[in-house]
Amino acid sequence: MSRVFVFYRSSIGKKILMALTGLVLFGFVFTHMLGNLKAFLGAEEFNAYAEGLRSFGAPLIPHGYFLWAFRIGLIGALIVHVVTMVQLWAMAGGARPKGYKQAVHLEDGVSSRTMRLGGIVIVSFVAYHLMHMTIGNVHPNFIVGDAYNNLVVGFQSVPVAVVYSIAVIALGFHLHHGIWSMFQSLGMNHLKYNHLRRVFALAFTIAVVVGFLTIPVAIATGIIQ
Amino acid sequence: MKITLQVWRQANANDEGRFETYHQGGVNEEMSFLEMLDVLNESLINEGKEPVAFESDCREGICGACGMVISGSPHGPKKAITTCQLHMRSFSDGEEIWLEPWRAKAFPVVKDLVVDRSSLDRIVESGGFISVRTGSAPDANAIAVPKSNADRAFDAAACIGCGACVAACPNASAMLFTSAKVAHLGLLPQGQPERFSRAVSMVATMDQQGFGYCTNHGACQTACPKEISIDLIAMLNRDLAIGALSGA
Ligand code: HEM
Ligand code: SF4
Ligand code: FES
Repeated sequence: MSRVFVFYRSSIGKKILMALTGLVLFGFVFTHMLGNLKAFLGAEEFNAYAEGLRSFGAPLIPHGYFLWAFRIGLIGALIVHVVTMVQLWAMAGGARPKGYKQAVHLEDGVSSRTMRLGGIVIVSFVAYHLMHMTIGNVHPNFIVGDAYNNLVVGFQSVPVAVVYSIAVIALGFHLHHGIWSMFQSLGMNHLKYNHLRRVFALAFTIAVVVGFLTIPVAIATGIIQ
Repeated sequence: MKITLQVWRQANANDEGRFETYHQGGVNEEMSFLEMLDVLNESLINEGKEPVAFESDCREGICGACGMVISGSPHGPKKAITTCQLHMRSFSDGEEIWLEPWRAKAFPVVKDLVVDRSSLDRIVESGGFISVRTGSAPDANAIAVPKSNADRAFDAAACIGCGACVAACPNASAMLFTSAKVAHLGLLPQGQPERFSRAVSMVATMDQQGFGYCTNHGACQTACPKEISIDLIAMLNRDLAIGALSGA
């Protein structure tokens, strides 16, 4: 126990937890994006996929249990990610009580400077997204078990599609720095392959952003209906 | 050349501090930046005013004393040099130059541009000893060191403890400094016995000094006059994880 405590107490230990939970969340986001693309295959395929998630592992695992275990794992990861973020943020917040008159901006970009802001946008969006597509209480015509309908009707509203797109772009910025940063935090570093870490981060960021954005675009243009 | 200096003046740690403007003529572009400040101070002394306090020692880029933030860049606009190695030819005639001390809670201002960097010394102290056989001097090549490790350890050991990494970091984190100090021993055979416990205790001390944490921005390595690489931060993260979780 004391080892875990020594690890957690350290700023690096917290950062490593943030990276591990970030990896879990990233893995989820990427798979979620791939799953969403099933919408292009039509209502039947898409609904079968949604149902498949519920009955995953049956008959060994009772219906719905897998999905709940999955959700609990994800929520746990998100909580650890956010709690470590808040603790570390507090630490960084006090570290420079008096700022520079001339801003020191040697770091390399917007994505690294917007991690905390982007994170806040993402949590707020996740809360809305669950109410919209999972619980359905802010959805105009939510039909339990008809995920395809919920998706298509949900995105037919232009403001909703715009909010989604903004959130996806915010996620893109977060991942662009986050995926690279994750390698660094986890000590995954090898002189021969280091330059590939940025390439990997950019490639997956583009895949996630473009993949997610195709859905509202396809619905707006009537490709999916 | 003629330049305008906006210099941070602060009598002591408790003083509020403020910028004061000095118009400095007669600046030769072959002067080093610190020589230019010496000239400024001479004229201030002649006018019966308090000279600008700044630190310097070696004036050849090896001691780490002379750091200050020059128009938003620690050690000035040039890459891989310290303030004392900067020359006035890097500025243009009539330029306005802002001078600020390193700003971090862990670096309290002593006076004007001088800060107290003892927090870095405390990190080093907490690294403790390394176990070596004393007595008769060992044979020079008795312990084999792979060439690549020797090179990397040497690069890490180039850190002069100037604190520019902390000054540049948006979180005022001392990770680059600490990683360099942990790595130059951790990469060598002589540093192995205490390698992981050293990482744990140095990071614990670092966390207690009031520095921020690392967000992998990389501003530190851009500012570092010795071009210490953030690769060493990845290595420190690994050593800390192993050390903390193995109870080292
Ligand atoms: C789908 C959700 C999310 C994903 C996929 C994700 C992914 C990641 C990844 C991979 C990292 C890199 C970890 C590292 O620096 O080692 C990271 C860092 C970070 N995340 Fe997230 N994250 C998500 C949600 C959030 C939320 C909700 C917040 C905040 C409320 C947040 C705030 C941060 C911050 C501040 C960093 C650290 C930046 C730094 O210190 O370098 N993230 N995230
Ligand atoms: S790592 Fe570089 S910037 Fe930081 S103290 Fe050492 S020499 Fe200075
Ligand atoms: S005075 Fe020694 S490094 Fe500048």
